[in-house]
Amino acid sequence: MPENTIIWSIAIPLLGSIGILLTGKIANLRETITLITAVTTFLVVGSLTPTVLDGARPSITLFEFLPGLKITFTVEPLGMLFGLIGSGLWIVNSIYSIGYMRGNNENNQTRFYFFFAIAIASVLGIAFAGNMLTLFISYEILTLCTFPLVTHSGKPEAVKSGRTYLGILLGTSVGLQLLAIVWTWHATGTLDFRAGGILDGKVSGAAVSILLFLYMYGIGKAALMPVHRWLPAAMVAPTPVSALLHAVAVVKAGVFTVVKVIVYIFGFEFLSESLTTNWLVYVAGFTILAASIVALRQDNLKRRLAYSTISQLSYVIMATAILAPLSVMGAVIHIAAHAVGKITLFFAAGSIYTATHKTEVSQLNGIGRKMPWTMGAFAIASLSMIGVPPTAGFLSKWYMLMGALSVEHYFAIGVMIISTLLNTGYFIPIIFNAFFKESDHKDGHDDNHGEAPLPIVIALTATATGTVLLFFFAGIPLELANQVIGK
Amino acid sequence: MLSSLSPHLPIIQVVLPLIAAPICVIFRRTGVAWLIALVVSWLSFGISIVLLEQVISNGPISYLLGSWPTPWGIEYRVDILSAFVMLIVTSIGAIVMIFAPNSVHMEIPPDRTYLFYTMYLLTFTGLLGITITGDAFNLFVFLEISSLSSYVLISLGAERNALTAALRYLILGTVGATFYIIGVGLMYQMTGTLNITDLAERLPEVASTKTILVAIGFITVGIGLKLGLFPLHVWLPNAYAYAPSVVTVFLAATATKVAVYMMLRVYFSIFGTKMFSALPIDELLLILGLIAILSMSAVAIYQSNAKRLLAYSSVAQVGYMVIGISMVTTTGLTATILHLFNHAMIKCALFLVLAAVFYRIKSVKIEDMAGLGKAMPYTMAAFIVAGFSLLGVPLTVGFISKWYLILGALEKGWWPVAGLIVVSSLLAVIYFWKIIEIAYFKPRPEGAAEISEVPLNMLLPIWVMVGSNVYFGMNTDLTVSAAMSAAKSLIGGAP
Repeated sequence: MPENTIIWSIAIPLLGSIGILLTGKIANLRETITLITAVTTFLVVGSLTPTVLDGARPSITLFEFLPGLKITFTVEPLGMLFGLIGSGLWIVNSIYSIGYMRGNNENNQTRFYFFFAIAIASVLGIAFAGNMLTLFISYEILTLCTFPLVTHSGKPEAVKSGRTYLGILLGTSVGLQLLAIVWTWHATGTLDFRAGGILDGKVSGAAVSILLFLYMYGIGKAALMPVHRWLPAAMVAPTPVSALLHAVAVVKAGVFTVVKVIVYIFGFEFLSESLTTNWLVYVAGFTILAASIVALRQDNLKRRLAYSTISQLSYVIMATAILAPLSVMGAVIHIAAHAVGKITLFFAAGSIYTATHKTEVSQLNGIGRKMPWTMGAFAIASLSMIGVPPTAGFLSKWYMLMGALSVEHYFAIGVMIISTLLNTGYFIPIIFNAFFKESDHKDGHDDNHGEAPLPIVIALTATATGTVLLFFFAGIPLELANQVIGK
Repeated sequence: MLSSLSPHLPIIQVVLPLIAAPICVIFRRTGVAWLIALVVSWLSFGISIVLLEQVISNGPISYLLGSWPTPWGIEYRVDILSAFVMLIVTSIGAIVMIFAPNSVHMEIPPDRTYLFYTMYLLTFTGLLGITITGDAFNLFVFLEISSLSSYVLISLGAERNALTAALRYLILGTVGATFYIIGVGLMYQMTGTLNITDLAERLPEVASTKTILVAIGFITVGIGLKLGLFPLHVWLPNAYAYAPSVVTVFLAATATKVAVYMMLRVYFSIFGTKMFSALPIDELLLILGLIAILSMSAVAIYQSNAKRLLAYSSVAQVGYMVIGISMVTTTGLTATILHLFNHAMIKCALFLVLAAVFYRIKSVKIEDMAGLGKAMPYTMAAFIVAGFSLLGVPLTVGFISKWYLILGALEKGWWPVAGLIVVSSLLAVIYFWKIIEIAYFKPRPEGAAEISEVPLNMLLPIWVMVGSNVYFGMNTDLTVSAAMSAAKSLIGGAP
């Protein structure tokens, strides 16, 4: 029964979280449970894929929340892809976490794994949400359960960043998104995701623009400027959190919701008739460029990566807002492509920190010779960010460019070209210096180090390989993306 | 025997606690008094459930005292709204009484604890009487019973400030009750009746007279004072802050709710919606409500005492309820009535946690709560969940209220109002998070005494309340349908 499978895919990480709490005293057992849960979750989620590829849309309603408003989960291609990414990378990330959390002697590890599992459950809740209300609920839970992960260290700067994190994410979702959702409900009497949207004929004129504005800025997790500040703030978290949650799960939940809202709430045709998305293309384009320029100037590696993420997220938003089928397809693939690439980069950053306690880009001269696996993976993932074949990043950029060309949106094309140059500008020097420059020995750090612990190396090698494999074996993501645009 | 009692349940509901109160005084023994209060609270809770069921299946119940026909005799009248509010009051009473013994024994001198239970029972009687009576003057009597006994309850607080807080409440509360009775007197002068149903029939003839308009004014101010409606709320923060912890829990969760009930009753069951075309009370309520939710939430942010903080938050929450009334639509009233229930659940849970905190650390200053996240993990976890409900996080009752309130505002096309409602709920995030950060991210001060969790009979009521915050946040069958049908009958005219 695919319907029950949906419930299991969300229930298993929740059950796992309880198991983690119960076995908190025995670290090895606790980590075993995390790994088993992650693998099982992925297998369960994966078992839905053939059904969805065949064109079925399994759906299950848990209960009626308010008259006419139900908690419903429906698996459609976009959610399927997002679910696969989230649950698949959780396995790798768990292996990585074990190496990282132990290597750095972090406190409160039980709490860490506990909230991590709940975060994954809410990510799957978002992925499989059958209507906007279910999505919103999962979205809010994801914000709240990642807060303890962001503030994990409990230090004053973590608390301060936690405020920014929560303030922006809750402020936008309650202040704007909830308003948009209630408005949608009031205008249409439904919150279901439907092919072709639900707003056509229900709202018109300026209301469409306002509603779009409320949604786009209400989805703070998509980090459209100027509501992006929470993402660099979240970098205070342990690196596994930055890697899976703030490069993949949380931020992808944001752009995923953006695509969902544009495709299934507004509907392409309705939006292209009402001509209200142009501002969004410009804002997203601006975010791409501005965030890249800020990234260039960051010396802290994780912050540089965070700004790069902000820029890459806006690719998805811009490509969707162009409303060309091909570019939307590119946006969908970019969700997957950026995920594997960016998680690798964060894995590398955490690997460097664990082995050397270095955090700044300027400290990385010559490190490639000591940590060849880490920096090799970093190089491959960087190429994917820039969009060089044969990496996944090339694939998505190609579709996005084709889409922009097909509707002759020259602004978008220009942004993509300039941004590619900027990406090159902030990634290539790191790789070059790591491999070809001598270490300066001046910063007081111990240079007698080798690679990071084995679990870390395994994890980042796996995702770097994934970045390449996704280029050669893109069948499933391409097919799912095809189905999103209705082919 | 039970079946022969069943038609008399409305009067039993009031007489039971009324008789129990003096019995407590006769015994003068703490344990006995507590047991009586506990049993009575639970019996009343049971009666409320039965009454609500009866009303839902058979429609309103009319009970004539001494079988005197209306409008000469006093009528007790239970409709969905009153049964629903009664359910709120009695369920809170039942929960609080389980929690009470430890907290009361610590905060109130042993020779006075029996007085606490006596006064609690009288307040309980008054609140139930207000919701059940169908007579405008009888309502005043119960209002005075509940008010006088609650002044005593507040004055039982350990600090001397409790006395001035009680005095201030006494003065303003008496002014409020007097204003109310002046209004009732004016109505009596014009119609010659005090029965609510009868009033509703006779008032339309004289509705546009100056006398009736003045009556509306007096009653609005009178109830506004009891309600803690901005700017008539000045008695409330101190009363809540200095009252014994358990008293705060009970009053915060029930007294203002019953005052809102009075307002609904008078506006919609007596005057009817036409009143709002004669006097712009709805606009006034909207403006006061908006000021309340914004200014009081902002004031709450700057409080250093957690009880005062939540007290200001309560004044803000009353603002939400009043905004719902000001919409004069089914959705608006549904939001108000839902929030009566939901806010009672929320504030009861939050104040219970503070009572538990006070029980352990003898303080509810926010700075003294440092490190409690580790020291009292179950209590503070309850605080977080209940706080989420206050903020309106989905899957808690607070979200349901917010949903209906925003929906009501959008139905009216009140965009700015919808916007201000969400802004104020974001202010709530700030003041709530202030406590969380200190409890979880600051360590206990060095040299502070070791503290442990509170005993199970305190923890259990807390978690039952937190559980209902979540349960009724997911299963809204009972609350939404009851609130909606109550709202419909109010908007439709006299019940």
